[in-house]
Amino acid sequence: MHPVKLIAVFAENQLGQMARITKKLADIHANIRWVTIVTSETLGVIKFLVDKPDLAYESLHAKGYTVSYIEILAIAVEDKPGGLNAVAECLARNNINVENASGFVSDNQAVLLIEVANAAAARATLANQSLRLLSEEEIFNL
Amino acid sequence: MFWNQATETIDRGSLGALQLKRLQETVARVAGAVPFYRQAFTERGLTPAHIKSLSDARHLPFTTSADLRATYPTGLLAVPIDETLRLHTSSGTTGKPKALFFSARDVANAAELCARCFVMTGMTKKDIFQNMMTYGLFTGALVTHYGAEKLGCLVIPAGPGNSEKQLLLMQDFRSTTIHITPSYALYFATFLEKKGVDPRRDLAIRRAFVGAEPYTEETRCKIEQALGVRVFNSYGLSEMNGPGVAFECEHQHGMHLWEDNYLMEIVNPKTGEPLPDGQTGELVLTTLYREAMPLLRYRTRDITSIIAEPCACGRTHRRIDRITGRADDMLIVRGVNIYPQQIERVLMSLPAVGRNYQILLDGLDDMTVNVELAEAGFDGHVEHLTKLQADITDRLRAEILTKPKVHLVPPGTLPVSEGKAQRVIDRRSL
Amino acid sequence: MNRHPISAPDFMQQAALRDTQLSRLRQMVGRAYDNVTLFRQRMDARSLKPADIRSLADVRKLPFTVKADLRDTYPFGLFASPMKDIVRLHASSGTTGKPIVVAYTKDDIRVWTETMMRSFAACGLHEGDIIQNAYGYGLFTGGLGAHYGAESLGATVIPISGGNTERQLMVMKDFGVTAICCTPSYFLHLIDQSQQMGIDMKKLPLRAGIFGAEPWTEGMRERIEAESSLKAYDIYGLSEIIGPGVGIECEHQCGLHIFEDYFLVEIIDPQTLEPVPDGQEGELVLTTLSKHAMPMIRYRTRDITALYPEPCHCGRTIRRIRRIGRRSDDMFIIRGVNVFPSQIEAALLRVEGTLPHYVIVLTREQDLDQVEVQVEVTPDFFSDEVRVLEELQKKLVHSIESITGIRVAVRLVAPKTIQRSEGKAKRLLDKRKM
Repeated sequence: MHPVKLIAVFAENQLGQMARITKKLADIHANIRWVTIVTSETLGVIKFLVDKPDLAYESLHAKGYTVSYIEILAIAVEDKPGGLNAVAECLARNNINVENASGFVSDNQAVLLIEVANAAAARATLANQSLRLLSEEEIFNL
Repeated sequence: MFWNQATETIDRGSLGALQLKRLQETVARVAGAVPFYRQAFTERGLTPAHIKSLSDARHLPFTTSADLRATYPTGLLAVPIDETLRLHTSSGTTGKPKALFFSARDVANAAELCARCFVMTGMTKKDIFQNMMTYGLFTGALVTHYGAEKLGCLVIPAGPGNSEKQLLLMQDFRSTTIHITPSYALYFATFLEKKGVDPRRDLAIRRAFVGAEPYTEETRCKIEQALGVRVFNSYGLSEMNGPGVAFECEHQHGMHLWEDNYLMEIVNPKTGEPLPDGQTGELVLTTLYREAMPLLRYRTRDITSIIAEPCACGRTHRRIDRITGRADDMLIVRGVNIYPQQIERVLMSLPAVGRNYQILLDGLDDMTVNVELAEAGFDGHVEHLTKLQADITDRLRAEILTKPKVHLVPPGTLPVSEGKAQRVIDRRSL
Repeated sequence: MNRHPISAPDFMQQAALRDTQLSRLRQMVGRAYDNVTLFRQRMDARSLKPADIRSLADVRKLPFTVKADLRDTYPFGLFASPMKDIVRLHASSGTTGKPIVVAYTKDDIRVWTETMMRSFAACGLHEGDIIQNAYGYGLFTGGLGAHYGAESLGATVIPISGGNTERQLMVMKDFGVTAICCTPSYFLHLIDQSQQMGIDMKKLPLRAGIFGAEPWTEGMRERIEAESSLKAYDIYGLSEIIGPGVGIECEHQCGLHIFEDYFLVEIIDPQTLEPVPDGQEGELVLTTLSKHAMPMIRYRTRDITALYPEPCHCGRTIRRIRRIGRRSDDMFIIRGVNVFPSQIEAALLRVEGTLPHYVIVLTREQDLDQVEVQVEVTPDFFSDEVRVLEELQKKLVHSIESITGIRVAVRLVAPKTIQRSEGKAKRLLDKRKM
């Protein structure tokens, strides 16, 4: 399965940065599924999950932005109490340390996006587990 | 390869004799022709006859930047203005600039010294010299132009800036050697990257003479890697003809200073006391072969040391070490003496750090270092950025003994200049 | 006026001058034929061989050269010397994005320096003078051309290059400058600013102004001479031929003496391309007689002038042309720099966000040329934030500067603001009054 990629943009913590960046994404008709902004004093990183990650990367890069891909895992979570807990316990059992995580619900599907140190290894480990990993296509068809 | 082998490899004994003879001639001439020096001699009870050996030079008065400004415009001329061929000035940041006059012989000699320097790096008349320094009143461009012309090269007087045109000329005319400031070199490297130009594959530039502002060994490496050139450090100052005072040879370890033209001393920057050989201090230069405007014991404010060991290239003119900083650039922050060079050294030694930085001093005594991330330094994780920021802070603190605020910024964010970079912005309320 | 030894060739006997011209012409044509493909092809097309040039009148058999030829043969199609013999390159603006590069051998530099020396000598200058050279130094031929000439004269040269008015005036005053080289409009600007600096231009030891790189009128000359102490001389040149130093006014200030021993002059009707009778107006065509690196055969300058066949009172046998007033193409000159509207267009097209509707407005404020390029913005861009528009504006300024060498003001206007026209759009609005 192809890894799911986030686009991360290193931006100065300035007014209007998000507006400018989202305008570029709108120009290429990219559909944003998920976004988060992480700041630390003057540093800001904006992370997107878009349906055209390569095009988004090239367009932003061409405009002079500092961009990078982040490989993430998208884990399907049962949309009922205990669903997230099951996922969390599975990760812990498999020694997968989560660096960042964020969840959202779409229709009846809950999704947990996680950043880990080694996405490929984590994917391999979880392949045989009871967790279901979603592909990019699946996420955008939710 | 030598431009003038006999002179460049002259034995130390003969060199010393030549220096003394020229020093005595110079002192005699200025004592007679330049009221400023005549007066300084009188005040010290000094006459030309007192100069019997090279060590007697320490009895001569210093000449400072302030003296040049005070005697502006023609107070230090040793010949009638009719006999001068050229006037250069160095920038007057406050008040009057400094006027530097050249006679015909001075102009030819400055070119001669440059030719020596160029040949020392392996340059020949087959080279194509793209001179990316500002032509005009500053000596940087015109003096090297004449030097390259003397060597017989094709000279492209490009001047700085307009990177598109610079690239066009390099691509179409296959320039092999460039003369450029360190900050523009880094900027130009980024420009090439953005254009998808690989200098090693697409251009013929192999040699860069980088000068006009001090820069660290780390920056040299960055420029060499980014442009695919060998960077030769070049030292000069307008008061001493401009470029061509000292230059690196093929061994690139220190810069040979032409001792038949300049008498050099290293002194304590605060007290002016001569320092023992090998110690770091302020470089003081006396012109030995200047006609229009000789200068005695000029305080350059550049901090360096003399390398006494002979160089493998065979040249007997001693080398000075890379300029570690300018005495005037020294900052005092929270009671600690800091040279911007120290900060540059730390920053440029980290591959994750990019090509531009700036030091901001504000408030009562707050120091912020804004530093650009390298293009390839971003992997998406803000934690890595914070970690790098903290790492830089720790290393800087270890080097300068005080803790600055460090702000990592995206590449291309900090202002760039085509000429000398303004690295320090001091807005402290005094 | 005392005659400077270097000026001797200006007074050459007519017969000797014509002999020199013919012998140099024949050699140059031979060199050009042997080494430059374009010239050889054109001559072959006319069944012409270098040996067919037996008299000066035979120059009319030779093909013309135009600016487009330099553009089309870029970078070294017109070089007649091998690269190893070339010691200098200069560049000037082409009509589109690429510059025009001109090359010089050591001997070419010697000739150029000589014509500049003779130019300065014609203005009464000598080695005791202090010459402030405010022409731009660098790839532009003006600065280094004047510099080498002034230096060879033995004068004290101040290589101040252009700009920084305050410093220009300070240097002029502090160093007892006796001659200045710059564009005439810039000198008027210096006069305007001099009062603010407490300098009386009439009291300075200035004796001569060597003014060129742009057309200027007798009215401007009167003003310059009335408000300063110097005598204002016109100098003429163009990079394609050599740089400045093709022609100079003498002390009588009536027409530019062309250094005929180095440049063959023709005046042609720009429509029929036939030579016009002496004294009649037409287009100036120049042939370089001694250039090695880049000989020019019958180069159409597009400058409109007339030959004065009568001898000048100064005694020079090298003839005069009338001062250049206008051109037969759409090139305009800003502060001494040649610019073509097509270059501006190329610069605008390189940047996305604009529509192909623009107008270039030229004005003169306080004797300094100002350029404003008004260009329509695409509807997308126009509705965007101010910051984005500012960024676009900066990009356009930079793009124009990178192609033309001049910094202009750019004004972004809404779509449909600029007047459309049926035929060729009027791209240039020159509001300058001379």
